[in-house]
Amino acid sequence: MSFLRNLRNWLDERLEWDDLIAPLRKKTVPLHRLSYWYFLGGITLFLFVIQVLTGILLLLYYRSGANEAFESVQYIMTRVRFGWLIRSIHSWSANLMIFTAFAHMFSVLFLKAYRKPRELTWVSGVFLLFLVMGFGFSGYLLPWNTLAFFATKVGTEITGQVPVIGKPLMIFLRGGEEVTGATLTRFFGFHVALLPGITTLLILLHVLLVQRLGMSIPPKLEVQWTANPSEKREMKFFPNFLLRELMAWYAALGVLGALAAVFPWNLGVKADPFVSAPAGIKPEWYFLFMFQTLKLIPPKVWFIDGEVLGVLAFGLVGLLWLLLPFFESDQPSHMKRWITGLSIFALAYTASMSVYGYLAK
Amino acid sequence: MAILRNELRPFSGARYIGLTGFVVLAACLGYGQTTNSCLDCHSALPDPLGVTQEKFSQDIHAQKGLTCASCHGGDPTSDDPDKAMSKKAGWKGEIDRKQIPELCGSCHSDPAYMRQFNPSLRTDQLGQYHTSVHGKRFAAGDTKVAVCTDCHSVHDLRAPSDPRSTVNPLNVANTCSRCHADADYMKGYSIPTDQFAKYSASVHHQALAVRGDLSAPTCTTCHGNHGAAPPGVDKVQNVCSNCHAFQAQMYEKSSHKKAFEAASLPGCVVCHSNHGISHPTDAYLGTGPDAVCMRCHTPGDHCDQARAGLQSGLSQLDEAIKSADQVLRVAESSGMEVSEARLGQDQARDSLTKARVTIHSFRKDLVDQDIQAGLKTAAKDLQAGKEAMVERNYRRFGLGISLIAIGMVLAGLRLYIKKIES
Repeated sequence: MSFLRNLRNWLDERLEWDDLIAPLRKKTVPLHRLSYWYFLGGITLFLFVIQVLTGILLLLYYRSGANEAFESVQYIMTRVRFGWLIRSIHSWSANLMIFTAFAHMFSVLFLKAYRKPRELTWVSGVFLLFLVMGFGFSGYLLPWNTLAFFATKVGTEITGQVPVIGKPLMIFLRGGEEVTGATLTRFFGFHVALLPGITTLLILLHVLLVQRLGMSIPPKLEVQWTANPSEKREMKFFPNFLLRELMAWYAALGVLGALAAVFPWNLGVKADPFVSAPAGIKPEWYFLFMFQTLKLIPPKVWFIDGEVLGVLAFGLVGLLWLLLPFFESDQPSHMKRWITGLSIFALAYTASMSVYGYLAK
Repeated sequence: MAILRNELRPFSGARYIGLTGFVVLAACLGYGQTTNSCLDCHSALPDPLGVTQEKFSQDIHAQKGLTCASCHGGDPTSDDPDKAMSKKAGWKGEIDRKQIPELCGSCHSDPAYMRQFNPSLRTDQLGQYHTSVHGKRFAAGDTKVAVCTDCHSVHDLRAPSDPRSTVNPLNVANTCSRCHADADYMKGYSIPTDQFAKYSASVHHQALAVRGDLSAPTCTTCHGNHGAAPPGVDKVQNVCSNCHAFQAQMYEKSSHKKAFEAASLPGCVVCHSNHGISHPTDAYLGTGPDAVCMRCHTPGDHCDQARAGLQSGLSQLDEAIKSADQVLRVAESSGMEVSEARLGQDQARDSLTKARVTIHSFRKDLVDQDIQAGLKTAAKDLQAGKEAMVERNYRRFGLGISLIAIGMVLAGLRLYIKKIES
């Protein structure tokens, strides 16, 4: 123990460690029956760190060419010691991260945590969700298997439906008219350089805003605690909340390990651009609600192409979603009911369309 | 559908506009166009004289610019039936059945004429027909046998590549069966009429009609088309070898070839039959109801022992492949990556197929080479599957240990939190 104390003193002399963690010691977290929802953001961050670490390890063996990508992932899974574990954890963690990011977003919505002065936290969070989905879309292609190839083909085709910028955007994403090795190379670039860089900066901003503004209190509780301050209950962020967060991280690690060991991520069959698409091809589960919606829109709505209309509608909904806090009142007693209704509808729609898309042939 | 039933009620002015338009259109279309007055009358006549514009427009000849007069003569530009069908205009009337092959051949045997329509089209059909059983009997005065129009149809004759053509590979068997499966019609020819029924149950029909493999054989593949004739006992293997080349090579060098020839037995057909060829199985080599060897050989003789050895080798490899498949399937469903072993299984299956082909040499030493190669591959794949299962169990054991460690850390953290908060 004296060694640890000496090390701490040594660091303190050089980094003024105590001053650095002083704000954390002062920081508190509201304690109420919904406090456990506060862990979701931390779990998402933990899974992102797992992604970065396992991603770096995968980079040691992965090769991003149409002739090498599949074989290199196969090599990782069969020849590299614990390669199967690293790849499975990377894939499962990606899916869990997207799930916890969605769950975090809806928890923030239902707890009204996006209200003034946390609008920028919400905006940065929604951007992070889009980025995380971008990670999923770009990473899905990297093993260069049949499902990934055709899912990317369909996905980029949908991008091509955006009026005016759609076609150039599709060609930019694909690196040409078709999904080829050039698409794989640039998706690899997006996945390991562009997206991580932007995401890291945004996470820093997001976490900084959370630390700066503190945890939001649900409106009803805020009214109650303002009226009767003696009822207010809090927990120290450091170490009490952080230790609990650590427990959540450990639990997430356990779930992740179990999924990776019992259900190792499938490699599939190498992509062959010259064969026809497998029947009933679907995107990853987090794009299913959009995919299924586009499928249900008639080919022509009035004079507009159905797919174009769908893509435009999703773009508009995404923009409104981003600006949602600016429609909300900052007074806890004057919360907009329609926003709560909209949130419930969005959750129900996303979940039911995803299930419908999964079951549909 | 309202248009077809003439139920549309346009506004009154439309009638005059429509009429004017029709007159102008008719004038434009009529300008410079040759009239075919034959169809004006024959489209209204009952069969066999009835030929509608719709039917004739489907005919490849009509599509290439030929008219009724090309075969029947006459003057289709005249609206007067007496002039149009006058001997002076070269009208031949109904084509006598006896003249059909020569009439068709007058164009189809002329390379210079046919080149203008399709340079790659064969022009030896009539010559071949004369060598066929149909052609020989026809020349001898039997008009019941098939002539060109019986197989190709008439007035709506389509190119063989058209799926609706009576001579498209998918329709040939049906076309032949119209006569050859009709016992009454075939009476007097002393040939069976069950070929079509047998063929319909055969592996060849399965491949052609069910799998849609247009390279699979139909009647004309083995018998020829214009020169249709039975292959003949001594030529059967030449017919089968067009597709089954490796089997034929093996059979050529085998002891059975000489024996079958000496006994005037028709090669491949002895074991596989002809029209009703079923999918061959290893049971052909057995002693059960499907066995073919024991139809000729005596139990316990030298050949019976060789047969047993061949069957046992094939069964051994088949079983080895199935065992490896089973283990690999379980490993794969457990999420293990065994695609290399799966690929190896394809090689083992290839060896089994090759061994089954080599059976036609009737030499155990050659068959054994393929079987040993397959057994070696299957054993390697089985081992890979077993190793994958060991790895799977190792992973699960590792997971158990990790979960215990994580559980202990969680419990420790919980206790520590409790301690600092008490």
